Amino acid sequence: MAVLETHELTAFYGDFQALFGITFALDEGETVAIIGANGAGKSTFLKAIAGLLPRQAAAVRFDGRDIGALPAYEIVKLGLSLVPEGRRLFSSLSVEENLVVGAYGRRGEGPWNLATVYRLFPILEERRHTSSTALSGGQQQMVAIGRSLMSNPRVLLCDELSLGLAPIVIRDIYAALADIKQHGTSVVLVEQDLVHAMSVADRAYCFMEGRVSLSGRPRELSRDAIHAAYFGL
Amino acid sequence: MILTLDNLTRSFGSLKAVDGVGLEVAAGEALGIIGPNGAGKTTLFNLITGLLRPDAGAIRFDGRDITQASPRARCTAGIGRSFQIPHPFENLTVFENLLVAAIHGRRQREAQVVDACGVILERTGLIGFANRRAGTLNLLGRKRLELARALAGSPRLLLLDEIAGGLTEAECSELVELVQAIKQSGVTIVWIEHIVHALVAVVSRLVVLNFGRKIIEGEPRSVMASAEVSEIYMGIAA
Repeated sequence: MAVLETHELTAFYGDFQALFGITFALDEGETVAIIGANGAGKSTFLKAIAGLLPRQAAAVRFDGRDIGALPAYEIVKLGLSLVPEGRRLFSSLSVEENLVVGAYGRRGEGPWNLATVYRLFPILEERRHTSSTALSGGQQQMVAIGRSLMSNPRVLLCDELSLGLAPIVIRDIYAALADIKQHGTSVVLVEQDLVHAMSVADRAYCFMEGRVSLSGRPRELSRDAIHAAYFGL
Repeated sequence: MILTLDNLTRSFGSLKAVDGVGLEVAAGEALGIIGPNGAGKTTLFNLITGLLRPDAGAIRFDGRDITQASPRARCTAGIGRSFQIPHPFENLTVFENLLVAAIHGRRQREAQVVDACGVILERTGLIGFANRRAGTLNLLGRKRLELARALAGSPRLLLLDEIAGGLTEAECSELVELVQAIKQSGVTIVWIEHIVHALVAVVSRLVVLNFGRKIIEGEPRSVMASAEVSEIYMGIAA
């Protein structure tokens, strides 16, 4: 049973069309990667789901219900949370304050709270009173993920978790992702870095120029097919 | 060579946006530039057109060192460009927008450029929109106008910055045909574009930038099939 679906989802920036009809499904407990070159529409797709861009009411369904007309804060309450590209932490707040803000409008029950987020990222507990701007890039990414988890989402939307991070930090972040998955959270993972995305994904969609150019299970997708789906060559 | 970049370098604070880039473009050639976001592509154009000055390196256009020349001098010397985000004069008509570009780009009087502007409007498919306010154009119209304004200065070198995004397939093919026609007319083209198949339909050589550096250049299809491109775009070795 799909927990999140889009049907012919289109999105625009002004009259610049960024998505040309994306049909997509995410099952409960599943991790799905969205891959593709820059400009393919991956981040736009997440923003449209999260309610940060205008979209058609029936183009996004969550738990069988049309959510395309809902504002972003209502969507968070339903159990969909975005970890935005570039972290976007509240720079005037401490680590813990950033996490607490994430619980605003939280869904009632669920596994995530300050204690469990700190168990997932122990370094954040050590640095709980530190200003978010004083953290390393990897630690900031952990705060961004933790902040999203604090709303106890059923679906976590992750935008470019590995961007600008050292390989060893990326490994830690992806290890945490496996943990999050264990808790039953479904994940949509936007990544340019194929190796990491494919290592955790149950399925993948490749986008090109705002359209789905390829989809399937990672082991069924050959490198040649992915290359073609990235560049249209 | 109509354009030569020699060890061009430009930093913003501690970020080296363009890092020792060397490049030669032959007259009449069409060259494509690709690279991830932040690779330094637009900064490179800003250096070539003089909107930014390099920290090091030199730019030669048509045998002349233009490294210290003003943007206006470069424009009148024959370098035209389109911007990634078109900013026409919204309250002027399409034709008036073109006149402004032609008068200033060629340093000629209005009477001398009117005919040329009409020709450009025809070539770019805008003749039917000549008297429309530029602010009322849709995306394809604005992209065409951006191209038309760049052509109005009658450039010998045309720099195109991401003109194919956000279009339908039919619109994209139309745009490709237009760029092909501009190339056929003898204008040298350097084109930054994410839509690789559009680029490959026009250019005979492709350069890949990443983190400000030139990573690889060569025949487009072999560049796209290279290990470097797979590594940069997909994080895997081919």
